[in-house]
Amino acid sequence: MKRRDFIQQASIGTALVSLGGLGLQSFTTLEKTKKITIIHTNDVHSHIDPFPPDDPRNANIGGVARRASLIEAIRKENPNTLLLDAGDIFQGTPYFNYYGGELEFKLMSKLKYDVATIGNHDFDNGIEGLYSQLPHANFDFISANYDFTNTAMDTHTKPYKIFLKDGIKIGVFGLGVELDGLVSPENFKETKYLDPIEISQDMTRILKDEKGCDLIICLSHLGYDYHDSKTISDLNLAKATKNIDLIIGGHTHTFLPKPTIVKNLDGINTLVNQVGCYGINLGRIDFYFDANKNKSADGVSITV
Amino acid sequence: MRFTHLIYLLYFLVFLNCKKDKFELTKIEGHQIQITDTLKTDQSIEDYVKPYRDHIQKDLDSVLAYASNTYSKTDSKLNTAIGNFMADVAYEQANPVFLKRSGHNIDMVLLNFGGIRSILPKGKISKGTAFKLMPFENSIVVAAIKGTQVNQLVDYLVKAKTAHPISKLQIIINTDGQLVDAKINGKNIDPNKTYYVATNDYLYEGGDHMTFFKPSDSLYRLNYKIRNTLIDYFMKVDTVNPVQDNRFIQIK
Repeated sequence: MKRRDFIQQASIGTALVSLGGLGLQSFTTLEKTKKITIIHTNDVHSHIDPFPPDDPRNANIGGVARRASLIEAIRKENPNTLLLDAGDIFQGTPYFNYYGGELEFKLMSKLKYDVATIGNHDFDNGIEGLYSQLPHANFDFISANYDFTNTAMDTHTKPYKIFLKDGIKIGVFGLGVELDGLVSPENFKETKYLDPIEISQDMTRILKDEKGCDLIICLSHLGYDYHDSKTISDLNLAKATKNIDLIIGGHTHTFLPKPTIVKNLDGINTLVNQVGCYGINLGRIDFYFDANKNKSADGVSITV
Repeated sequence: MRFTHLIYLLYFLVFLNCKKDKFELTKIEGHQIQITDTLKTDQSIEDYVKPYRDHIQKDLDSVLAYASNTYSKTDSKLNTAIGNFMADVAYEQANPVFLKRSGHNIDMVLLNFGGIRSILPKGKISKGTAFKLMPFENSIVVAAIKGTQVNQLVDYLVKAKTAHPISKLQIIINTDGQLVDAKINGKNIDPNKTYYVATNDYLYEGGDHMTFFKPSDSLYRLNYKIRNTLIDYFMKVDTVNPVQDNRFIQIK
């Protein structure tokens, strides 16, 4: 018998027998595994067209129209997919100089990005320049450590967003890099940068303890790693926090051979990933969930 | 009655699992997929981008001026025609803006050799030429610094012996590479005087180890991109024919 038929029959059974308190939700236990796919970009920097054939480094690589078909194929394979961007959407080609980010946001909307965080270059036309392009974005911006009070962006970002995919609750929160010294004060105006580690501790408490998320993702534009260990990076954020399953990073245009596994404050593995820049790569992380299985002593198996 | 049995079995399972029907994360897999030309191009996206691309291309290709020759930053040492051109254009375009805003004139300009990103080829000059020369978004800033700091700036240039673009500043070094004379607008540098030095925001922040701009008495951000100084200049002239001159020379 086909599984779907079986579930339909079973549903009828539920209605007939009518046992109180048992919703259809309970039947999800019949599925043994669930799979959540996270796909992501960072630092695309207005690279809409592929690199030209004569480019010395990236000839014929990249391009939004190709990324679109890849994303569509992944969504077809697994509808429980989230598409995220870790900032620096703006600046890098004349598309930005001519249209101020309008086309970037419109295309990301067409590709059905679920959420993005804000990079330092997204302030390049000033905070008003970012605000004025928001009508072209059909996706939300998340930033937990930028306080936009008294700026045009006030109330237009959220600290986090929760997605429910196949019954799995996924909390995604955003982090931005220190703007002072990177962005002209005239551009970021009264935006306040808050400590990413303290904010992450708040975020994970809210998402894990209060909201009961099954998966917590940090969408960061802090940068992968710095020579100066005091500068907050994705790697030292991973070490200094807990309950984050995945940090998707940006800013440093880091090409990683594979996602980095870092032990967090609880000694549990956290993944840190970044996929370079300019839409050259798409990152993909698949999370598998099993029902009724005692979490094995050796924890989660990671294949990267 | 097979179905009934199945349903009973189902309820049995549900009850059994009632307390622990929580899904636990068990496995994570990570991949990276390069966006190559083997991927299909989504035609609807391509069609959507095309009018934007065509408009930009048409605008970038429109001819603004002509270059008498081909100029490269490696044409000569210490000062080059193309570097002199960029620094002089920065002065010519930015000084009226600065004067209007501050009531002062720019005393000198310093840009960086590395900031000249392409050659200026002989023939048609378009907006695209300006984008190639200066693909970055750096803008002109004017820092009010002491003569002592200007002397540090001169020392930096003398030591570097690189054709960093300068305007209104003249430097002469001897055969040993030591400073013989440095003048701004034909006058000796007064250590106690405040000079208004135009540069770009990258260098002001210490780029290329140019650490002499800070501390500055005041800083004026003109919101005028280096690239736009070039585009505006190309739009007002017919022909561009810069020359190497004596603004930074070594006595032989």
